[in-house]
Amino acid sequence: MELTNENVLGKLIAQFGEESIFDAYNPDGIMTFTTTRENIIALIQYLYDDKDLQVQFLTTMAGIHFPDHKGKELCMMYQLHSLRHNYRLRIKVFVPAEDPVLPTLTNIYATANWMEREAYDFYGFIFTGHPNLIRILNIEEMEYHPMLKQYPLEDQTREDKIDTYFGR
Amino acid sequence: MATDNKTADTDQLQEFRDNRDLKLQDKKNENLTTLNLGPTHPATHGIFQNILQMDGEVIMDAVPTIGYIHRAFEKIAERRPFYQITPLTDRMNYCSSPINNMGYHMTVEKLLGIEIPKRAQYIRVIMMELARISDHLICNSILGVDSGAFTGFLYVMQEREHIYDIYEEVCGARLTTNMGRIGGMERDLSPKALHLIGEFLKRFPKVWAEFEKMLTRNRIFIDRTVGVGAISAERALNYGFTGPNLRATGVDYDVRVMNPYSSYDDFEFEIPVGEKGDTYDRFLVRNEEVWQSLKIIEQAYKNLPEGSYHADAPHYYLPPKQEVYTSMEALIYHFKIVMGEIDAPKGEVYHSVEGGNGELGFYLISDGGRTPYRLHFRRPCFIYYQAYTEMIKGGQLADAILTLSSLNVIAGELDA
Repeated sequence: MELTNENVLGKLIAQFGEESIFDAYNPDGIMTFTTTRENIIALIQYLYDDKDLQVQFLTTMAGIHFPDHKGKELCMMYQLHSLRHNYRLRIKVFVPAEDPVLPTLTNIYATANWMEREAYDFYGFIFTGHPNLIRILNIEEMEYHPMLKQYPLEDQTREDKIDTYFGR
Repeated sequence: MATDNKTADTDQLQEFRDNRDLKLQDKKNENLTTLNLGPTHPATHGIFQNILQMDGEVIMDAVPTIGYIHRAFEKIAERRPFYQITPLTDRMNYCSSPINNMGYHMTVEKLLGIEIPKRAQYIRVIMMELARISDHLICNSILGVDSGAFTGFLYVMQEREHIYDIYEEVCGARLTTNMGRIGGMERDLSPKALHLIGEFLKRFPKVWAEFEKMLTRNRIFIDRTVGVGAISAERALNYGFTGPNLRATGVDYDVRVMNPYSSYDDFEFEIPVGEKGDTYDRFLVRNEEVWQSLKIIEQAYKNLPEGSYHADAPHYYLPPKQEVYTSMEALIYHFKIVMGEIDAPKGEVYHSVEGGNGELGFYLISDGGRTPYRLHFRRPCFIYYQAYTEMIKGGQLADAILTLSSLNVIAGELDA
């Protein structure tokens, strides 16, 4: 089967239904769609096991914070790659900021271990079932998740720093 | 430690380890030693901490701690205009910074939809392959040092200096290069740079052949590396390995071939693969990749096309300095770019290049502002270093050092 965005999407919708595979778009040649956190593990397992797809490589996972999207502030992006067919796809899951719970992917991909720890460290995602969900790059005493947009890099109004070139 | 694992293949090796693990389990009540390897151990070439549970000389368990040089690049990138992010990428894999720079530039160009002229693409290929050579050269010669051969390291280090001379001629810097611009290179290859590259192509093959000769069939080196730190192809893929470390297990995944960028499809080269995924195979794969890189540089150098060294994208590409002083448009664009007043279009792109250690990816989301909304780096070192525990378990402490060297974990890329 020639893997194109259309027929992969069709196959996934036929398997999981319109209500769990939605908002598909194609920003840069890599098909991107959204799913729910109830379906994410079953979906990735299906992509892994399916004979035609063989999506068996987890390229990366990245958290994204959209503070203005009420009810789905946090987004987890999974990017997968079928090395057999050289086909990439991107899956997004949105969760509310007050309940950032996702199931862990470590049972399918060993590499998800540190990626999930990184997402916990920087965005505060909680991965249920993760074997060792502790901070990875920041110190353990840290009390916040620094990549969230409410933590600015530097206070623009600070006055203790004199920088005549940039008018601050 | 029994020596019969030296020639065993990966499966047998795994079995051997399992058996030994069981044996060690029986002895669990006896005293295990806790050994703190790192954070600043001179043998680990970077800041890595591993807390090891040792049974005599044998490693029972390891707990790695990372993040010692974390500098929050992803957060900083959210506050910087696009052209100011390039210096951050230098400091990830600082053994091959031009690859990082150009990978980032290509990502932004993909977002902006800029076409790069052939000449700029070829110059990029030359610089990226030089960077790959200097990266592999460090890794393999350090592997020699860790197994007791210091001479080869100093010998090829001199060649790295020559590569850095070429960088210096092309961009003015040596280690953290900040090479190129969004839209191409900041200047054309000067006659001196071309001369230096030509000289390098003439001189380096001899040096590298000598270095190979010293280690490849060296009895001590083979005894120290064959069967050490092996990982099977399935486990490697499951752990997200890419680059030479994956190819050493026998999987021929190379971004340059799978998703060609920057005209890599114009060049003839082969992807070397290993078999067992042990330290020796990783060494051989890197050795062979250096030869392939040389082949690519030779082709690009010979067929360097005429034309411009940068794209015609005045909104994003900094104008030459003398034009800034003489022409109104150039002055305006210069001011706008430097002050970060140029907005990028909305979009979401992923671009990956074959870095020194594997697939170096950039996932960029732009909301139409002057800075990225989110920039995520897929750092190969961060992803495969988590397999290190599994690779050294059941081996000796001295082998763990060699495994770490041959994985070529760069602390800057690990922690970003």
